[in-house]
Amino acid sequence: MEHIVIIGNGISGVTAARHIRKQSDKKITVISAENDYFFSRTALMYVYMGHMKFKHTQPYENWFWKKNRIDLVNAYVTSVDTDSKTLKLTGAQEITYDKLVIATGSKSNKFGWPGQDLDGVQGLYSKQDLELLEANAPNKEVCKRAVIVGGGLIGIELAEMLRSRDIPVTFLVREKSFWDGVLPKGESAMINEHIREHHIQLLLDTNLKEILADKNGRAKAVVTDKGETIDCNLVGLTAGVTPNIDFLKNSGIELGKGVKVNTYLETNVPDVYAIGDCAEQHTAIGQRRPVEAVWYTGRMMGEVLAQTICGNRRPYNPGHWFNSAKFLDIEYQTYGWVFSERSKKEEEQHFHWRHPKEKICVTIAFHRETKQFLGINTFGIRLRHEVIDGWLTQKRTVDQVMEHLKDANFDPEFYTHHEGSIVALYNSEFGTNIRPKKKSWKRIFNNV
Amino acid sequence: MQVIKKIGLVVFLVGLTIFTMLPFMGEFAVSQTVFNKVVRDKGIKSEIFIGEMEENVVGKEFYGMLELSPKIAQALEKANKQHRANKEYKKVIYTAPHDMAALIGKESGNGFIVANKGLMWFLTFGLGIIGALMFIVPNVVLLGKKGIKNNGIYHENATNRGWIAWLVFVFLVLFYLVLYFRSEYAVNWTYLVDPISKFLSGNPAGHWFVYGFMYCTVMTVMAVRMYIKYRHNAYQTLRTTSVLFFQIVFAFLIPEIMVRLQMPYYDFKNAFPLDYDFFFQWNLKSLLGSGAIGLFILVWGIVLTLIIVPVMVYFYGKRWYCSWVCGCGGLAETLGDPYRQHSSKSLFSWKVERWLVHGVLVFAVGMTLMTLYSFFTESGTVLGIRTQSVQNAYSLLIGAFFAGVIGTGFYPIFGNRVWCRFGCPLAAYLGIVQRFKSRFRITTNGGQCISCGNCSTYCEQGIDVRAYAQKGENIIRSSCVGCGICSAVCPRGVLKLENGPLKGRINPTEVLLGNDVDLMNLVNKK
Repeated sequence: MEHIVIIGNGISGVTAARHIRKQSDKKITVISAENDYFFSRTALMYVYMGHMKFKHTQPYENWFWKKNRIDLVNAYVTSVDTDSKTLKLTGAQEITYDKLVIATGSKSNKFGWPGQDLDGVQGLYSKQDLELLEANAPNKEVCKRAVIVGGGLIGIELAEMLRSRDIPVTFLVREKSFWDGVLPKGESAMINEHIREHHIQLLLDTNLKEILADKNGRAKAVVTDKGETIDCNLVGLTAGVTPNIDFLKNSGIELGKGVKVNTYLETNVPDVYAIGDCAEQHTAIGQRRPVEAVWYTGRMMGEVLAQTICGNRRPYNPGHWFNSAKFLDIEYQTYGWVFSERSKKEEEQHFHWRHPKEKICVTIAFHRETKQFLGINTFGIRLRHEVIDGWLTQKRTVDQVMEHLKDANFDPEFYTHHEGSIVALYNSEFGTNIRPKKKSWKRIFNNV
Repeated sequence: MQVIKKIGLVVFLVGLTIFTMLPFMGEFAVSQTVFNKVVRDKGIKSEIFIGEMEENVVGKEFYGMLELSPKIAQALEKANKQHRANKEYKKVIYTAPHDMAALIGKESGNGFIVANKGLMWFLTFGLGIIGALMFIVPNVVLLGKKGIKNNGIYHENATNRGWIAWLVFVFLVLFYLVLYFRSEYAVNWTYLVDPISKFLSGNPAGHWFVYGFMYCTVMTVMAVRMYIKYRHNAYQTLRTTSVLFFQIVFAFLIPEIMVRLQMPYYDFKNAFPLDYDFFFQWNLKSLLGSGAIGLFILVWGIVLTLIIVPVMVYFYGKRWYCSWVCGCGGLAETLGDPYRQHSSKSLFSWKVERWLVHGVLVFAVGMTLMTLYSFFTESGTVLGIRTQSVQNAYSLLIGAFFAGVIGTGFYPIFGNRVWCRFGCPLAAYLGIVQRFKSRFRITTNGGQCISCGNCSTYCEQGIDVRAYAQKGENIIRSSCVGCGICSAVCPRGVLKLENGPLKGRINPTEVLLGNDVDLMNLVNKK
């Protein structure tokens, strides 16, 4: 029986394992030293905040793995020998494989800041990071202030977590506005406001220069490039993540930033594949980045690779881009491509609507000439994935999108709808006379 | 703000303590007049009982029902024993000893509590309400910006099965045991609400009136908590208003007013088989003897169960009843909300649930068929089984223990829908309709799920919502009461409760939206 060994039990590795099992009888082994069982990494924040216990982050009950004959091994892989198809594990254990899937995810970026390895300095990625945070910042008495470095999705989550225990937070963001490399400026500005509403000290356009140690080797303060020294007991380094592939250095597997793969998720070595955060495409697919460190893409690569491993060789050919996040109390969804002012091309035009009082806004991107709908960002409004996906496939014009906007609303029942005022603003900005049509189940289900 | 909360907690606890101490307090003196009246009203022919009572009870002073009640019970049991031994069945007293004690006790209180009903109401209910509101209302500020605020639920003793939760568990269980089985100890509580009862129905309050009033009070106060906690969520605020309205108006006020108007006591929203004694002989007789209104109630009760309930479930799912109308659901969604996370999500629990809840439905329907057969044939037995015994077993096991003691008492440890999930026969019936013929579903939003588990954790019905959401599958489950909390706590906008066409309602998927279109088609092809 062919033995498939998967290194990493995150969403990509586990999705691959599940789908291989659905289609075949192969022997499957999943190796991880992070936790015995698969858990949702994105939910770690809720454990610290007391919304859930750690066991609630595990999507499958513990009997699931045995029942589905997916063997779990709790160990680190220290090296890979692709000639003998052998993995060396901690404790001199060895495992041989017929096919190897590398799904080891990411680790937090450290950019060589002085003091970055002191006690009390940490990232937020793994279960171990969560345990460390519980030790470093159990309450506001032990952690009198935290400084977070890096204005991305993990940074704002860490800020929210610490605020849930009333720990004062200073948030250092390199950009002039929060996440403005990704978000258009109206949205980014709204999030700046929201961060400050939550009593988080937001220092924009500010970089970390160094972290100062006390006499015990613990972080006691940070110095910014503005010359300011901020006393703190915790420094959260959340300036992005990078593939977790150090153990592959001498394996002969081609590495770049991540494990280099072709569109079939195959590495340069036969029978070795890489998926999820740690995989790097030779050439980016569409407008995607070569390394996609996103939950959904990890899952999708797992779904595709399972086909290939089970004899139906397929390229990773993802559909329309989508993503979501939550910034404190504000839900964010994005479909298609809406680029920030910094990265958008000349032909991408934006329409932006913001609620006069609430923290709700929408940005729709479309082609300046053809009016083709390119993508949509919403904050505080939920959208129906299938409907938007269909519109992107059909290459609708932005006018058509406006007309059927109500079909796409996915907010809970009885919520106030904003399509009327969105379309009214659009009409006044573009001189159109569009009247939004009533929601139609027929259109929603038949995607017309 | 924190100070107000703390003061509120103390005030609440003072009120609760006084309330809890009441069954042990109060002066009771059974006068000859009262006793004669009871003998007359109850048609008591037992000279042994009368003799015992006149010797040991009548004309004497007692402190607390704990002192008085055993004397009455002893007298009654002694008398019945003798009469049965002597085969003097006409003299046997069929009123239960505890009911007799409650009856006599209610008429005999004569101390401070009875003289100061208003003051005592304030010191118990009043302080409880004021304290609870002082504890709850500061959250308008303390919770910060509106949004989902579940911070610390698993750090707090009270909401994480700590000793406070166990204490509440014991308190609630004892409270229900008193209510169902030792109503004589509730006599002092009835005095507190006598003025309200007299105002509504013209009668002094019994222990069920205490319960009804308390139920409404608790729901109202805890509804304030819901309004604050979910103030960003229109579905939750509307739903809370709806259950509160139906409890106060339909379950509490209308039946009391009907009594005042010489009509039968009836809760128009309480559908059979939750209202399990609707077809019991005494009820049918009472309805048939009440003229046009009785007949109307009879027809309404049947139409409600056979037509209105399933038709509404077809259009809106069982939520229209379970989390918008029902009293049990109403308490679960207000008082029970802080405990919703404790319902077990394991596959094992689901199996237990299916056997139990459908078992109770079979029990209820079977009992009712026996009842109707007995009613029309005027025979006391069906196939040699006494109808009365089956009814008594159901009333005790399901009506009292399951729905009351377990249903509410177990909130702090096993979650707020233990009864609705494992025991309610109406929920089982609605669930069957919902599963097979309804427009209601919880739609999963394409590929947006991140498996975080908030939905499953906060599902009060123990549905592993995430198991569906992460497969891109709509949630179609007979047990779903449509509370909408899974959708509220989802950080990524994945879940939406909605009513839509039957086609495409159930959509098992293998590969989720967002991936290669050809792959999705290939793998999802059935």
